[in-house]
Amino acid sequence: MSPLAFYPLAFVCIASAMGVVLSRNPVRSALSLVASLFCLAVFYVFLQAHLVAALQIIVYAGAVMVLFLFVITLLNLESDRGLGEKPVLSAIGFGAGAIVAGGLIAALSRTSLGARAVTLVPTFGTTKVLARQLFGDYLVAFELTSMLLLVAVVGAVVLAKRDGSYEGDEQEAAVPARSEEASH
Amino acid sequence: MRAYLDAIAAGYPTVSPALVYLIGMLAFGALVVFVFILPVAGITSWVERRVWARIQSRIGPNRVGPGGFLQWLADGLKNLLKEDVIPAAVDVPLFRIAPYVVVAGFVAAFVALPFAGSLIIADLNIGILYISAITSLVVIGILMAGWSSNNKWSMLGGIRSATQIICYEIPVGLSIFPVVLLSGTLSMQGIISAQGWAPTSWHMFHSPFLFVSFLLFFVGALAEGNRTPFDLPEADSELVAGFATEYSGMRSLLFFLAEWGNLYVIGVLVSTLFMGGWQVPHFTDNGVVLAVAQFATMFVKAYFWVFVAMWVRATLPRVRVDQFMTLCWKYMVPIGLVNVVGTATMMVVLPQGSIVLRWIMVAMTAAILVQFARRVFFHLRRANYGRLGRISEGAA
Amino acid sequence: MSDYIPVLITLLLGVVIVAAMSNLNRLLGPRKMTAIKGEAFECGNEATGPGWGRFSIKFYMVAILFIVFDVEVVFMYPWAVIYRELGVFGFVEMAVFVLVLAVGYAFAWRKGAFEWR
Repeated sequence: MSPLAFYPLAFVCIASAMGVVLSRNPVRSALSLVASLFCLAVFYVFLQAHLVAALQIIVYAGAVMVLFLFVITLLNLESDRGLGEKPVLSAIGFGAGAIVAGGLIAALSRTSLGARAVTLVPTFGTTKVLARQLFGDYLVAFELTSMLLLVAVVGAVVLAKRDGSYEGDEQEAAVPARSEEASH
Repeated sequence: MRAYLDAIAAGYPTVSPALVYLIGMLAFGALVVFVFILPVAGITSWVERRVWARIQSRIGPNRVGPGGFLQWLADGLKNLLKEDVIPAAVDVPLFRIAPYVVVAGFVAAFVALPFAGSLIIADLNIGILYISAITSLVVIGILMAGWSSNNKWSMLGGIRSATQIICYEIPVGLSIFPVVLLSGTLSMQGIISAQGWAPTSWHMFHSPFLFVSFLLFFVGALAEGNRTPFDLPEADSELVAGFATEYSGMRSLLFFLAEWGNLYVIGVLVSTLFMGGWQVPHFTDNGVVLAVAQFATMFVKAYFWVFVAMWVRATLPRVRVDQFMTLCWKYMVPIGLVNVVGTATMMVVLPQGSIVLRWIMVAMTAAILVQFARRVFFHLRRANYGRLGRISEGAA
Repeated sequence: MSDYIPVLITLLLGVVIVAAMSNLNRLLGPRKMTAIKGEAFECGNEATGPGWGRFSIKFYMVAILFIVFDVEVVFMYPWAVIYRELGVFGFVEMAVFVLVLAVGYAFAWRKGAFEWR
């Protein structure tokens, strides 16, 4: 991967990641995260992992981000009502961030970052090779994923469909949600 | 495209092949975008209005150019001369970025769309998966447009659109699997090569499962393209123009450009996955003639489905939100799963498929089409009698 | 890798189209902004309240169900590609996977997660 491509891309990736944290508006934060995840997908392409790049965009930039945006509109977070107004919360957030950053720095200082020459077979990263690994060597992990997804479905349904009704929500719902109801 | 450029690069040994590749790709990409995508999307808008007009016994736009053919250019020019209003309350940066995201996502889908045997910008090995990944940019763009407009209609339209696109992603994905199972590749050219030019070798007629998959795919693709009967996001009669309400001038036209262009993408996907794509009989050894024939075949097949989408739009009413949710989760998802399992079972039992079954499928489809044509002609005859006042004569 | 250079090129071309067209529009079109034009469009009525209202939890439900089933669909792509190699073994593998998820699907259906109410 040539430095000419790497550095601009890394800059965009980190800048949009900073945008997630620094933006006061939750929707802008979420959209910066999309940009950051898209850059990560481009990195996967550079590393010959084409299938993983496509899945990264479909699952993260597509599905997960749509969920985030829905949650933001569900809570109707306003831009200036963030953590900043509560010093205790912002102190906790800062502390947690510092711990994670310290851990990362400690881990990185013990790893040698020198380039290692890796020879790739020409078929590396293609769908077939990945599939043979997934459905051969990692079969158990794959089957266990289905259990994980099952738990996710059950959890989501139980949490969101409590009592099988949305009565509490409808009272607080703002005008758009009402007009949605009125249309049918 | 790769082979052509390698041949050109071999002719100029002094120039670096990477440079030739880059310049060639830039030229071919620009050619596809400006000479193919933009005119096709524009002309589709004119064809669509003419088709609806005919279906509704009107004339439609027929003033600009022969038969109104240049209407799309006139519309573009008119929009270019309109005021580009950015309302006071919008989130300006996101409001401006949204059309970029939608159009870039739509144009990039053409990279993996085959035009003919050797004409494809890049035959990516994850072809069909790439297309569904890159078009998910459109969802983000639409949500961006809807949210940044700070308008209730836009917001409702944006959220509805996102909900609809993500819901139908599942049945569309499930309806692609039977095709991938049969061809064993995700590459678009690979999927076409696994079929032949004759209808009996098309994936569509492999078995009943594949035929149902084809129907699921077309319905799901209409829903993902926000087309009637699934045009809830921009339902003119209830949401003004949905997520595009606050956009004016060229920016609003760009959203619709992406929508019309998307129709062609849907057509190409249907004909690639299920109808043999550009496959023609090998009637000549002349490569250029063959390429032209393949291009024409692909275009006619793809545009046929564009026409069907217009026909559907002029015929069916819009579904309600609860109806499209029911259709997606309670009908299309289980049917899609049954299709995948059915195709997989069939491939274990009959690894090579069954030519008898294929012929039966083709014959049944032909019978349905013939019966349909008979009904159409029956009604046409009756309508003509009515117009000329001959019904009473016939009765007497 | 070199297959993906055209992707970058077409993404850029898409950006160029939008930039050219919207800037040409700003150049050619009239620019007479008034306070009324700047209001949010609400069918001629004065807009009441902000455009960014709260939305129903129904949309959230759909999104989370989508993620779960999307991950399932994503796992099936590599499976479908090598299905001919795997044969009966592949069939059993995917049957187990789909069966477990079918339980989740049936549960969600029974609990009414697919009802739009």
